[in-house]
Amino acid sequence: MTPSPAQPSAPVLTVRGLSARYGNVLALRPVDLHLERSELVAVLGPNGAGKSTLLRALMGLTPGSGRVEFEGSSLPRNDPRAVTQRGVVLVPEGRGVFGPMTVRENLDLGAYLLKRNSGEFSARLERVFALLPRLRDRQTQLAGSLSGGEQQMLAIGRAMMAGPRLLLLDEPSLGLAPRLAAEIIGTLATLNQQGLPVLLVEQRAPMALKIARRAYLMAVGRIVAEVTPDEIASPHDLARYYFSHESV
Amino acid sequence: MRSPRRMTSPATTFHMNPSDRIGTALKSAGWLAGAALVIYAFIDGGYLVTVLGFAAIYAIFVSGLNFFMGYTGQVSFGQNAFAAIGGYTSAVLTTAFGWGVFPAMALGVAAAALLALLVGFPTLRLRGHYLAMATLALGMIVQEIAVQWDSVTMGYTGIAAIPALGAFGHELPSDRWQLAALLVALALCLWVASRLKHSRLGQALAAIAGSEDAARALGIDVARHKLIAFVIAAIYAAFAGSLFAHFVGFVSPEVFGLHMVVLGFTMLYVGGIGTVAGPMVGALIISLLPETFRGFKEFQDLAYGAALILILIYAPRGLASLIRRWRLRRPDRETP
Repeated sequence: MTPSPAQPSAPVLTVRGLSARYGNVLALRPVDLHLERSELVAVLGPNGAGKSTLLRALMGLTPGSGRVEFEGSSLPRNDPRAVTQRGVVLVPEGRGVFGPMTVRENLDLGAYLLKRNSGEFSARLERVFALLPRLRDRQTQLAGSLSGGEQQMLAIGRAMMAGPRLLLLDEPSLGLAPRLAAEIIGTLATLNQQGLPVLLVEQRAPMALKIARRAYLMAVGRIVAEVTPDEIASPHDLARYYFSHESV
Repeated sequence: MRSPRRMTSPATTFHMNPSDRIGTALKSAGWLAGAALVIYAFIDGGYLVTVLGFAAIYAIFVSGLNFFMGYTGQVSFGQNAFAAIGGYTSAVLTTAFGWGVFPAMALGVAAAALLALLVGFPTLRLRGHYLAMATLALGMIVQEIAVQWDSVTMGYTGIAAIPALGAFGHELPSDRWQLAALLVALALCLWVASRLKHSRLGQALAAIAGSEDAARALGIDVARHKLIAFVIAAIYAAFAGSLFAHFVGFVSPEVFGLHMVVLGFTMLYVGGIGTVAGPMVGALIISLLPETFRGFKEFQDLAYGAALILILIYAPRGLASLIRRWRLRRPDRETP
């Protein structure tokens, strides 16, 4: 295991022994991870590695057990609403935009826990439009009629409306052409540079590693390694890590 | 140099363009036709008043169903249970205990809401077909109680001589007045439905219909909102059941049977699921279609079925959704 190159600071997120199961199947074996302040960390791995389950368990969408500390205090387990209220916001796999609703209605729903007429609501909306100006032009368009890239932008914008202090993303580049995926990754880099910690689950490892400071490699429901982008610069390096930890 | 953040799909703007104007014209034509029909019924009286009265009652019933199915994306085959509770409570309290129409109606609606709360709490943990089966069972159980509890419900014989709509001991003097009262009730129910649909609650329900997980991730309490939608649907159904009892003057278990559910579903899908006006449009069309095809004699049912199939093929989201569909057909394109 390689030591983290992150600068020393209090972790914003500390996960200890988090596990989750679907019925009798243990989909996530106890995992430990941490995220420093203003850090963007990638979670990489093949299909079925448990990456999405990890995010779902963190959010409380899938029942899990273990200890999760966020900003120094315990994060409620199995209560997504309370987790969102604490500022941990998920951009779900497949975007999860509400197709029959307009772009603006989707964004409004992002701030569901906020009073609609508050100044904070307007400020968040302006921040989203500043980050994703295309959404301003598309406000009255039905979300279902947007392109895949725009839908992903909307999913990120909607999450930003929730006022996140930690952003979780589940495969945001899924199903997108490389150019659009690169735009999404660029947006995430911008957000992270503005100080927002990000936990990014991705299958496209090279793309994620361009912006991540560290990465956790997952296989068969567990974290098999913690690496820096330099350590897995080539696909051969990545394969070496997986094969060397296959029996873990 | 590459242009920054260029995405692929065209933008759509919604200022008044030709498509908008056609959509608005269609909407206006629909309202005018409906108004003309009502005026004709008031002038002519007779059977058309009865048909429109039934349509108004069913429109209220289906508006409730729309809350649960159209706005929230859930399935219920058991709304007839709540209509039966509303109808029987009104019937029993007014005929056997001499209650006034409004108190009896209020108690029926409250009883249905309470039952929805009690039943919905465990039942709404189910999804899809399981929820459909559970609600179907609820409808069948309530209907069976109406049959078996004959000391109160009179079993298959039913309860007759239920007082007509009215207040303070006075019944409305004619069918025309009753129709007017039903239309006021319908307008009130549609106004409430419209307000709720465009409220925070309505947006949360729409999010749940879109994706329960995505809704949860936004902090929406999915279980609580589904329960609220179920209770609202029950209130509408009970209100419709009670109006039916007072409009017709008779209730029996068959009135609140499975055919009521099938009719409600047909009206909802033909009118436009998820739209405020859909239940009213569907109730009106389905109530009038059999009369329209009466001239076909033995082929009446065939023509009725064919008309339904054609509507569902060419307006799969219902007639009321055609206006929005038309507006989206030819969007103005933003300059690239």
